[in-house]
Amino acid sequence: MSLTSLLAFTEAPAEIVTSPVDDLVFLIPLFPLLGFVALLIGGRKLGEPMAGWLATAACGGAFAMTLVVFAELVSRDYTQRSINQTLFEWVPAGEFSVDIGFLADPLSIAMALFITGVGTLIHLYSIGYMHGDVNFSKFFLYLNLFVAAMLLLILGDNLLLTFLGWEGVGACSYFLISFWFTKDANATAGKKAFVTNRIGDWGFMVGIFATFFTFGTINYVDLTDGAMEGVAQSTITAISVLFFIGAIGKSAQLPLYVWLPDAMAGPTPVSALIHAATMVTSGVYLMTRLNPFLAASADWVPSMIAWVGVGTALFAATIAVAQNDIKKVLAYSTVSQLGYMFLAVGVGAYTGAIFHMITHAFFKALLFLGSGSVIHGMHDEQDMRKMGGLKKFMPITAATFIVGWLAIAGVPPFSGFWSKDEILVFAWNENPGLYVVGLITALLTAFYMSRQVFMTFFGEPRFAHSGSEAAHGVEGHGEAGEMAEVGAGGAAGELAESSAGGAGTALATTSAAVATMDADPGDGDHADHHGDDHAHAGDPHESPWTMFVPLIVLSIAAIVAGGLNLPFTKDLHFLEHWLEPVIHENEAKLGFKGGTKWVLALIAIAAGAIGMMAAAAVYLKGRVDPAKIELPVLAKGWGLDAAFSSFMGGPGRWLFAFLAWFDANVIDGIVNGTAALTSGGGSLLRRFQTGYLRNYAFGLSIGAIATVAYFISRTAL
Amino acid sequence: MTPALLNLAIAVPAIGALIVAFVPGGRGDSARMVALMASAITGVITVSMLLDFDTSNAGFQFVTNRTWISDFGISWHVGIDGISLFLVVLTGLLFPLTIVAITPEHDPKPYYAWLLVLQAGSIGVFAALDLFVFFVFFEIVLVPMYMLIGGWGHGRRVYAAVKFFLYTMVGSALMLVGILALVSLQAKATGDPITFDLVTIAENFQVSENAARWIFLSFAAAFAVKVPLFPVHTWLPDAHTEAPTAGSVILAGVMLKLGTYGFVRFGLYLFPEASHYFAPLFLTLGVIGILYGAAVATMQKDLKRLVAYSSIAHLGFIILGIFAFTVQSLEGAIFQMVNHGISTGALFMLVGMIYERRHTRMISELGGLQKSAPIMAGVFTVVMLSSIGLPGLNGFVGEFLILLGAFGTARWWAVVAAAGVILAALYLLWAYQRVFHGEAEGDNATMADLRFSEGLALLPLLALIVFLGIYPKPMLERMEPAVMNLVAHIEEEVPDFNPPDDFTPPDDFERVVPTVAGETAEGEGE
Repeated sequence: MSLTSLLAFTEAPAEIVTSPVDDLVFLIPLFPLLGFVALLIGGRKLGEPMAGWLATAACGGAFAMTLVVFAELVSRDYTQRSINQTLFEWVPAGEFSVDIGFLADPLSIAMALFITGVGTLIHLYSIGYMHGDVNFSKFFLYLNLFVAAMLLLILGDNLLLTFLGWEGVGACSYFLISFWFTKDANATAGKKAFVTNRIGDWGFMVGIFATFFTFGTINYVDLTDGAMEGVAQSTITAISVLFFIGAIGKSAQLPLYVWLPDAMAGPTPVSALIHAATMVTSGVYLMTRLNPFLAASADWVPSMIAWVGVGTALFAATIAVAQNDIKKVLAYSTVSQLGYMFLAVGVGAYTGAIFHMITHAFFKALLFLGSGSVIHGMHDEQDMRKMGGLKKFMPITAATFIVGWLAIAGVPPFSGFWSKDEILVFAWNENPGLYVVGLITALLTAFYMSRQVFMTFFGEPRFAHSGSEAAHGVEGHGEAGEMAEVGAGGAAGELAESSAGGAGTALATTSAAVATMDADPGDGDHADHHGDDHAHAGDPHESPWTMFVPLIVLSIAAIVAGGLNLPFTKDLHFLEHWLEPVIHENEAKLGFKGGTKWVLALIAIAAGAIGMMAAAAVYLKGRVDPAKIELPVLAKGWGLDAAFSSFMGGPGRWLFAFLAWFDANVIDGIVNGTAALTSGGGSLLRRFQTGYLRNYAFGLSIGAIATVAYFISRTAL
Repeated sequence: MTPALLNLAIAVPAIGALIVAFVPGGRGDSARMVALMASAITGVITVSMLLDFDTSNAGFQFVTNRTWISDFGISWHVGIDGISLFLVVLTGLLFPLTIVAITPEHDPKPYYAWLLVLQAGSIGVFAALDLFVFFVFFEIVLVPMYMLIGGWGHGRRVYAAVKFFLYTMVGSALMLVGILALVSLQAKATGDPITFDLVTIAENFQVSENAARWIFLSFAAAFAVKVPLFPVHTWLPDAHTEAPTAGSVILAGVMLKLGTYGFVRFGLYLFPEASHYFAPLFLTLGVIGILYGAAVATMQKDLKRLVAYSSIAHLGFIILGIFAFTVQSLEGAIFQMVNHGISTGALFMLVGMIYERRHTRMISELGGLQKSAPIMAGVFTVVMLSSIGLPGLNGFVGEFLILLGAFGTARWWAVVAAAGVILAALYLLWAYQRVFHGEAEGDNATMADLRFSEGLALLPLLALIVFLGIYPKPMLERMEPAVMNLVAHIEEEVPDFNPPDDFTPPDDFERVVPTVAGETAEGEGE
């Protein structure tokens, strides 16, 4: 296969710039793909920790390669920051043809940078986190495959290659959610994620068909604002809606968000990488990539996107307030933050969407990894009601987690403040209603994140920590179980019981099952590893360096990432300038002066402060009974997920069962009835049923041969 | 290009069958060796035809056309084009793999003999260009499959075998009447002597529109049963469930394609106007098959029945592709025929391997197998994802092209059919979860992983699943001229046929009229 490359310009082509880098874009996804293949062949032999290091190196290679391409784009003139490399023709059929081709432009490279960067850190972290797991190398195999698919998704130069990545990351997500497959809840969560995503994928697929029949191409380079001219608005509107359906599946927006909270059944690094930082932002990427479609659609389409986004943001934030599982809080928080990104897309703040995507990748990955560190240090405890005061035991984790908290809560100058503020400013510009809902969400965000931090790291420890020698006597393989004993004051099984049933409403079955699994001393999987290393450890402990180094790096990023797009002067809008070749004129313009921006920013800061103070009043000072806030209806997620489940398990299942019954009895019944009638009249069928099979077939063969012989004898040969 | 290759591909397994059946002595091992040799040689022959195939030629290649029974205008006319090529290769490859992967439980001699007869007959069906020859082969394949189900099957095998046989016989009987009506009406209309030659009739079709529609329906009845289309599909789950593993693999992998292939070659090509006229009916039945097959599959308790119903859904996609009449949808349909042979064949092999170890196919009795048999679980996962249509694997390319093409001419059918991909994920992942995930207990915990020979048989299928998903071009470009030719033929013959604007053939495209005359004609590349 020959590697041809050509430069495509979205603007009027000036002189053609070529460089050796043009032919190297494919290396970005190739590194993790090679890592995957190497682990597939030799992963088991490599074992721990080499398999992990190999995978980390593969992802690091992709990051290095992305930096090279990034440097090349930066060095170019603004209009020529686009490299289109075609590897080979993928699916040619008649007039339809798509290539395996890559488009490295400001949007895809911006995303590739944080995907490979954060990805590498999470790989590194996983070496520590997955230590001792029986399927250690398999975990990294999936992780590398995921990164490769994610890079294909964003770097693909056409909708179909994006769809390949789209489904590829979905498959990896499925593998990794059900990674600890022996527990049914994990397997169910994995399946639920895949099937729910497929509902969205239906929209994506039909969107591709409609795009091809409308424009004759599905290549991003050709789907520009200019291509929209002369096409009926209703057609473009329909296409936009179809892709939006795809986006809400992958990015967990209402009503297809239901899979994401359950996806927390996967190992925590997976939650950080796939279900927070990267994969779930794919929908936002798709909407941004297709901004010419949204711009040319009927006006209600962007409005709908904005309202779905802000609605999801508020909805998920209310649920996060009442979760007790440390990961569930972050899961609903992710759904909520993704809602902000869709709000941004809907109000035309594409830069804001990508800005928030990047800052969110840093601080949410940080928070998830921090929660993983807590879970690890607490010996697989996920219930925040059994934590408290951990900052004494895990100072690095606590410090970095607090950085993440301040970033997401919108405290200046942490990164989350800048990106969220930008979105809120544009929301105000579009519709004050959107702004108000977004603002309430910001307040709730500050509240539930503060609640999480206070419950986990501050206050008095609510686990039975021992200064004594008691826990030091613990031996050997059953450590996870033993810890449960120390922690919950009972047998291993009781921990699971108390998580599932105790105080009760907050924990869904999934997390209960996770607790069950991880507390089960006999289980051969993840729980095993505590046996060797922490036989002496009774108290929560700080994590190894492979785990806290990523935390430190991410916390630095979470502090400074706001610098990407500071609002003060035009010169500081780096990200906006960078993305301009992709978004063109479709970025919304603010219709008010700088003064309004300041007022809005101050209001946002005040909302964050109120949220944090309220949480402090409840969870630090104990002035209000938490039960008055953590309403059961919120803990249960407004019952929506349960409603879907009972519909699928009820009427949905009845319909399928009816069809199966119909098939076996009515359709097949008619067939057998006909046969019975016939056999009643004839003796032929009775002879079949006496079992003279061979005789019959023998007779048939003889007959056939005789017929053929007769004809042959009459041939003209 | 040697036309003899195609004749050899039919003759070698047939001779192999005779050797296995009539050369006395020896135990099963020698029969197995002969069968493996004969089927493997056939595989090599078909692959060499693939390599030898002229990619730019839209007509028939490896053609032999010898008068056989001149009184009735019957000739030994065989040849393959880009449409049948891959089905022949699939048949060539799937048989030796099946023989490697599976050993019969008893009576190896007749078992292998019947398998080889089946291989010869199947290649014959795909190669036949004479209606009589086609019909003979179409019927011949029934006998070995009947014997395999009835003789080596499980449970209610006799019931299943008889049901399979009678069901298909009824369809075939209608087709026989149709064939006779067609040749006589055609002879009457043209004034020429009677001929069974497919190409001669199709290229100079003179039968009245009304009669052609009726005759088409008689053909369609035979093919619809074979596919099987909703609502004449109920023989399939029974046949699959009770058949021995090899029977299921071949039944799904090759025999179901006789129906879909029949629709392309003897439906669209022979009766373009009638096919077009009845297209809404078949599109609807295809889409019903997709959704209904998937919904019923979800509820199955027996793993083999589940895969059988998934076949009905997959074949529904193929029917949709065929009756959408676009280059994309037809290429997708042919691609999907091969995909289904590979992935469903592999699924049945895997289910057979589980059955051999656990002596049950009931989903509820299995569980946690990923722990005891991780490699098998890995292979199953890849095959399952191919069947679900995950991009990057072969199944997606076929499904996508079918839906894309159908979106042009049968928009709403395509939109509804696309929802089938949701259901496919549902029933397969749910089955996977119940069989492979969870805690392994009892015999499930000690189940052996794949043996070397089993892995050896599955490896080529896995390789094809990945290769065709990433690089389908070699296959698509070989079928494209023939498919374009077919679409152009339909366009010529059907006055009110409106292909979507995007799909007019290129300006320099000229339809190839396959050579008809001559004692031995060779399709020449131009």
